[in-house]
Amino acid sequence: MLVSQQQKLQDEIHELVGRHGRSRAALMPVLQELQQTYSSVSDFAMQVVADEIGIHPAEVYGVVSFYAFLHHEPRGRFQVRLCQTISCDLAGKSRVARQLENELGITFGETTADGRFSLEWASCLGMCDQGPALLVNERVYTKVTPDQVHAVLDDCRKVFGAHAAQPVHA
Amino acid sequence: MNPMNSKKTPLTFDTIEPGTGLAAALKKSRADIIGEVAASNLRGRGGAGFPTGTKWNLAAAAGVREGGTKYVVCNADEGEPGTFKDRVLLLDYADLVFEGMTIAARAIGATKGILYLRGEYVYMRPHLDGVLDRRRKAGQLGADILGTAGFTFDIEIRMGAGAYVCGEETALIESLEGHRGEPRNRPPFPVNTGFMGQPTVVNNVETLASVAAILSKGAAWFKTFGTEKSAGFKLFSVSGDCDEPGVYEFPLGITVAELLQKVGGPNAKAVQIGGASGHCVPASGFGRKLAFEDIATGGSIIVFAPGRDMLHVAKNFMEFFVEESCGQCTPCRAGNAVLLEGIEKLERGACSTAYLQELLALSETMQLASKCGLGQSSPNAFVSIVTHFQDEILGRAASVAAQ
Repeated sequence: MLVSQQQKLQDEIHELVGRHGRSRAALMPVLQELQQTYSSVSDFAMQVVADEIGIHPAEVYGVVSFYAFLHHEPRGRFQVRLCQTISCDLAGKSRVARQLENELGITFGETTADGRFSLEWASCLGMCDQGPALLVNERVYTKVTPDQVHAVLDDCRKVFGAHAAQPVHA
Repeated sequence: MNPMNSKKTPLTFDTIEPGTGLAAALKKSRADIIGEVAASNLRGRGGAGFPTGTKWNLAAAAGVREGGTKYVVCNADEGEPGTFKDRVLLLDYADLVFEGMTIAARAIGATKGILYLRGEYVYMRPHLDGVLDRRRKAGQLGADILGTAGFTFDIEIRMGAGAYVCGEETALIESLEGHRGEPRNRPPFPVNTGFMGQPTVVNNVETLASVAAILSKGAAWFKTFGTEKSAGFKLFSVSGDCDEPGVYEFPLGITVAELLQKVGGPNAKAVQIGGASGHCVPASGFGRKLAFEDIATGGSIIVFAPGRDMLHVAKNFMEFFVEESCGQCTPCRAGNAVLLEGIEKLERGACSTAYLQELLALSETMQLASKCGLGQSSPNAFVSIVTHFQDEILGRAASVAAQ
C-alpha cells in the first residue's frame, strides 16, 4: 500500500472512531463501515483500529475472523451470498449454486480474478417462504431461478467502468 | 411497505392503533405496567418462552452501577432457519416494536435502547432509521416523552455481522460490546449484569410488539387468545413443501394438523418445528399442540413432502451448526462435527446400529454439557429424525447415497 493511501486510511479510521466513540463497544460499527467501503479489513486497518481504540490488534483480528460478514482476506466488490439452509435447499438452491459458479467461473469461497465478485454460502437469510434467496451486498433477490442468475450479475456489472474507482454500497 | 408480501392471514397487530399502548402505559405506575404484562402471561416469543413480566421485574429491581444506565435491547437477530416473522414485523409494524421497547424502558427505568438487527437484514436499515426519526419528531423518543417529565429514552440501531449464535442474548451483548459473539456463563443474567455490566432486558421483536398490544387492549383481552398456559396469539413462519408458505397468525394451542390444513400441506411426511434447533415431528405426532405446554417454538415451521429424504434434512441442519458453532465449548465445537461425520457415514450406508447408538449418546452429552442453547439444542433434529425415520436411514445403498 502506498504511504499516501495508508495516510488516507488512517485519517478515515480516526474519523470513524471519533464518530462511533473511542471505546471497545465502537469496534463493530467501525469494522462494519471499513468492510463496506473496502470489501475487507486489511492487516494495516486492523492495526490502526487497535491503536485508535487502545486494544491489542489480535483482539481486532479475533473479532474480524469471528463474523461471517467481516473479512480479513480481500473480497470482491460484490459479495454474492446464496442461502444454503433447508427451505432454500428444498426450493432448489443447488441448481442456482451451479449456475452462479458457471457464470462467475469460480467456486464457493472464491473471488474472481478481477476482484469484482466473491461467491459465498450464507446461513438462513430469512426469506424461507420465497427461496432460493440470494443476497448481493445489501440487495436481496428471492425465488431465484438458474436462468435469472446472469441478469442479477449483469445488474452488478453496470457499476463498473467509468465509476469503477468509487466504493460500491448498493 | 413490505415488497415481499409474506402475510397470509390478517394479523391482530393490524387492529392495534400505534401509540395507544404507550399512552396507556404512561398513565400507569411502573409497577402497574409490569403488573399488566405479568397478568397477560406473555412469554418470550423468540422460542425460549421466559415470562416477560418476570424478566422485567428482575430488571426493575436490579441496581445500576455508578455512572451508567439500564438498557432495553430488542433482539432482531432472527437467524433460526425457517424463521422470518420478525422481517414482517420490522417492515410493517416497526412502530409497535419501538413502542414496546419504550414501554419496557418506562417499566424498568432504562434510558437507552438498542435494536440489534441481523446483518442479513441490512436493507431494512433506512426504513427503520426513518421510523425512529419520525418517532423522535413526534416526541415518542427523546427527553420527556409525550410530556412525561423525566422520562428520557432513545433507540439506536446496531448491526449484527452474520453470526447465528448472536441470537443468544449473552452472545448478543458480547457482540454489542465489540467482542466475538461467544455466550457468557449464566448467572449472572443480563437483567442484572447485561450490556456494559448494567441491568439489561433483552426481548424478541414479536414479544415487544405484543407488549404494545397488551398495554393498548389489556391483559384480559390478550388472554382470550391461546390456552391457559400459553396465552395470546403467535406468528408462525411457514416454509417448505406447502401451497402457501408465509407468515401466519394463530392462537397458541393450535395442533400441527390444523396448521397444515391452513397452509396447504395436509399430506406432509414430517414437520420441523422450531427451526434447525427444534424437533422433527412425524405424521404420527400431528395431533400435538404448538404451545409452551407441548411443543414450544419461536414459530418456525418447515413442511416436508412425502418424497423428501430425511437424512438429507438432518445433514443440512448439522452443516448449519458446524458452521455456526462459536467454538468456545468442546461439546458443541467437536460434537457437531462428529455428528456430521456420522450422518455422512449413514449416507454412505456404512453406519452400524451400535455406532448410531454412540452418536445418540454423544447427542445427549452435547444437550447436557454445552454452554449455551446452541449446543444444547443442535442435536435435536438429528435425534428426532433418527428416532422417527430409522428404517429410512439405515442400510442405504450406495446409489441412494450418491443422489
